[in-house]
Amino acid sequence: MSFPDPTETFRQEARELLEQLELGLLDLEQNPANDDLINSTFRALHTIKGSGAMFGFTAVATFVHEFETAFDQVRKGQTPATPALIAVALDAKDHIHKLIEQPDALPAGGDAILDALHAVIAGADHAAIAAAAPFPPAEPAAAAAPAAEGSRRWRVRFRLPGDSLVYGTNPLLLLEEIRAIGPCTVVALTDTIPPLDVIDPEVPYIGWQVDLVADDPREAIDDVFLFLRDGMELSVEPLAEDAAEPVIEPPVAAPEVAVASVAQEAAPAPAPARKSAKAAKAAKETDKDVPAVAAASSSMRVDAERLDELMDRVGELVIAQARLTQIAAMSSDGNLKTIAEELERLSSGLRDTTMGIRMVPIGTLFSRFRRLVHDLSRDLGKDIEFITSGEDTELDKTMIERLADPLVHLIRNSVDHGLEVAEKRVASGKAAKGTVRLSAVYAGAEVAISVSDDGAGLNAERIRAKAEEAGLLTADTKIADQDLWQMIFAPGFSTAKEVTSLSGRGVGMDVVKRTIDGLRGSIDVATMPGQGSTMTLRLPLTLAIIDGMLVRVGNGRYTIPLAAVEECVELPEGVEANARGRNFLDIRGSLVPFLRLREVFGTKAPIEPHQKVVIVSSGEGRVGLVVDQIIGNNQTVIKQLSKLHSSIKSFSGATILGDGTVALILDTTHLVAFGQSYVDQGRAA
Amino acid sequence: MTATQQAPMKALTLRLQDELFAVEAGSVREILDLVPITEVPNAPEFVGGLINVRGRVVPLADLRVMFGMDRPEPNQDTRIVVMEIDIDGEPTIAGILADKVHDVTDIEAASIEEAPKVGMRWRPEFIRGIGKRNGGFIIIPDLGRIFETQGARTASPAASEERSAS
Repeated sequence: MSFPDPTETFRQEARELLEQLELGLLDLEQNPANDDLINSTFRALHTIKGSGAMFGFTAVATFVHEFETAFDQVRKGQTPATPALIAVALDAKDHIHKLIEQPDALPAGGDAILDALHAVIAGADHAAIAAAAPFPPAEPAAAAAPAAEGSRRWRVRFRLPGDSLVYGTNPLLLLEEIRAIGPCTVVALTDTIPPLDVIDPEVPYIGWQVDLVADDPREAIDDVFLFLRDGMELSVEPLAEDAAEPVIEPPVAAPEVAVASVAQEAAPAPAPARKSAKAAKAAKETDKDVPAVAAASSSMRVDAERLDELMDRVGELVIAQARLTQIAAMSSDGNLKTIAEELERLSSGLRDTTMGIRMVPIGTLFSRFRRLVHDLSRDLGKDIEFITSGEDTELDKTMIERLADPLVHLIRNSVDHGLEVAEKRVASGKAAKGTVRLSAVYAGAEVAISVSDDGAGLNAERIRAKAEEAGLLTADTKIADQDLWQMIFAPGFSTAKEVTSLSGRGVGMDVVKRTIDGLRGSIDVATMPGQGSTMTLRLPLTLAIIDGMLVRVGNGRYTIPLAAVEECVELPEGVEANARGRNFLDIRGSLVPFLRLREVFGTKAPIEPHQKVVIVSSGEGRVGLVVDQIIGNNQTVIKQLSKLHSSIKSFSGATILGDGTVALILDTTHLVAFGQSYVDQGRAA
Repeated sequence: MTATQQAPMKALTLRLQDELFAVEAGSVREILDLVPITEVPNAPEFVGGLINVRGRVVPLADLRVMFGMDRPEPNQDTRIVVMEIDIDGEPTIAGILADKVHDVTDIEAASIEEAPKVGMRWRPEFIRGIGKRNGGFIIIPDLGRIFETQGARTASPAASEERSAS
């Protein structure tokens, strides 16, 4: 087992923080006055700076520091978060991303971004105030400001919250940070250390007093304690020039230190730390007050491989449990039955929890596209409303990662080709602002993710012309609309115009199609001329364990994903008689095609009477699967088929039954496609 | 070819019909008595089955198909040799059906010869070499090659796609 490279860990963390930063900025654009957003954005910045410096990304730290300083004006309410500011901030975020990904290349353009940032801030309405009063008047310390302005010597006193050591705060690092501000003398305040017999080793009893030489360190000090200051005592006061010798000052010499009580000590200080009076109580509430720290301790990174391993183990447990249940059912031992039931309950709970770990809400993916639409909107000059829904729909993590590129492409397509320019929209009686919707819903055993716009819709003539040009169609071929739309996914269909407008990303629609095929999904296209189009990706919920319905065909047993099953009916005798003819069932008035699995699988065993039909829903609609017997429901642990069988698409995997034998899992979507071609062949023959 | 190696080959010998075969003992995971075999519809005959090996679903290969041998029903001597085989550089666990498993033995490197290009019933590329022991011949199959050929065959659209899937 190898340990992860700390630099890589930083990169990963930074990527997440940058994502958070981007979201914060985009939200801020909507709600420029929201303090929570501003603060969370600032926190993300600050953390990137801190850990960047820690891991040797000096360029990152320097750049972020400048960015942070500028952004601090926003935090203090001196500069409004204008769209112009957000745009520059987003550029800055991208630059940080570059710096992190290619630390050696030292991408240029950082200075230009900073200049732009400063220009935007300077140009803002509040610039005058910002210049006149670098510190907000509300700050209590400002009272002392006139005297402080000229002072070069400051006294910083701080005590950490009681639980800060538990949360991993290292006072040494804090002191190092203060020391970085300017030359200083540090003295430990040991007066509140209790007798040894009541000492709690996890509580930081020691306070510190730092005499510092700097221009005005209040901001810098604030930054040092950014994550702590709610629960801590902190005071920063200017030292009069004629105060005691700055060099070394014994702790007892400071008169105010002699006061025993912590709270009392803080109160009379001219520039009390924020909330210092509440310090003692606040210490207990720190986890609430310091969300960044709390969030860090409530989630952890786990190697995806380990999750797979865990899933395998749970799978084996479920199989073993199924065997136990089978044995218990045959036994007359009441105790055994009780334990078997108990174990069944536990293992199904464990199964759900383990699966839940792998599942990620698709919202994490959706949020990335907000930036995409934001940028496209700006670049193309189209006003776009981007609406997402179904963010909490969960999909396997690996699936979500692989969906990112196809979705980017579909959204670009919608914005670029789907939505018309404002004038044209108004002319055709639509709102000037175009709408792009991204939604996810569960549909049977699948998740349907659709990208829709209210643009012009697909142009049948143009697609047909292009298809003929590319040699995909001949001029006299008749083709259904639905099939025509699928032409856009044919390799080589994309025209040069599309390639340039997609800013050279190099992902054509055929790649989208291939990616979705690779995930065993499908793409549906729906379009209405003048009203827009919708691309729907249908993806299987590839869970490691599913509920299945066990059926028998000849001597073979197969599992059908239960979520795909709609109902089971008996195959009418009459249909059986003219088997070669029509292959449709009348299910409450609608015609449902059916497949005889025994024919699909080439089963040699004789046809049994009373065949059953399992109606399953697949991408397009419903289909009946004719089986010899329906055995019942079972928990199905999906085992991937080896490479040797990967070309057989009728099966999505295999599972192990309670008696230890292997059963194949039917891939309903592909089976229907195969069955359809089989039926067509039969018709042609 | 391994014929030039000095160290003797540690091999598991097994019988397929009338021929003695030897496989690298180091890649053998375990030897099982016959277990229930699940048939995979539309799969190539060579890898037409799946078995459960300690909770894993493992493909079962029948080398007799590749060597054009008769395939009588299994009897009490039939065993499944579970091996790790490199298929296109990817280690894959697969079971091999054997009519009988003999023993683990050393085959002197010097006694292993390349398969003759002519005068053989089998495709020479499937055979890594032929060893001699106790006056008889032992065939050393090139399992990687055999399985890769199989993989290529199932993957090529012309050979089986219309049979197996959409």
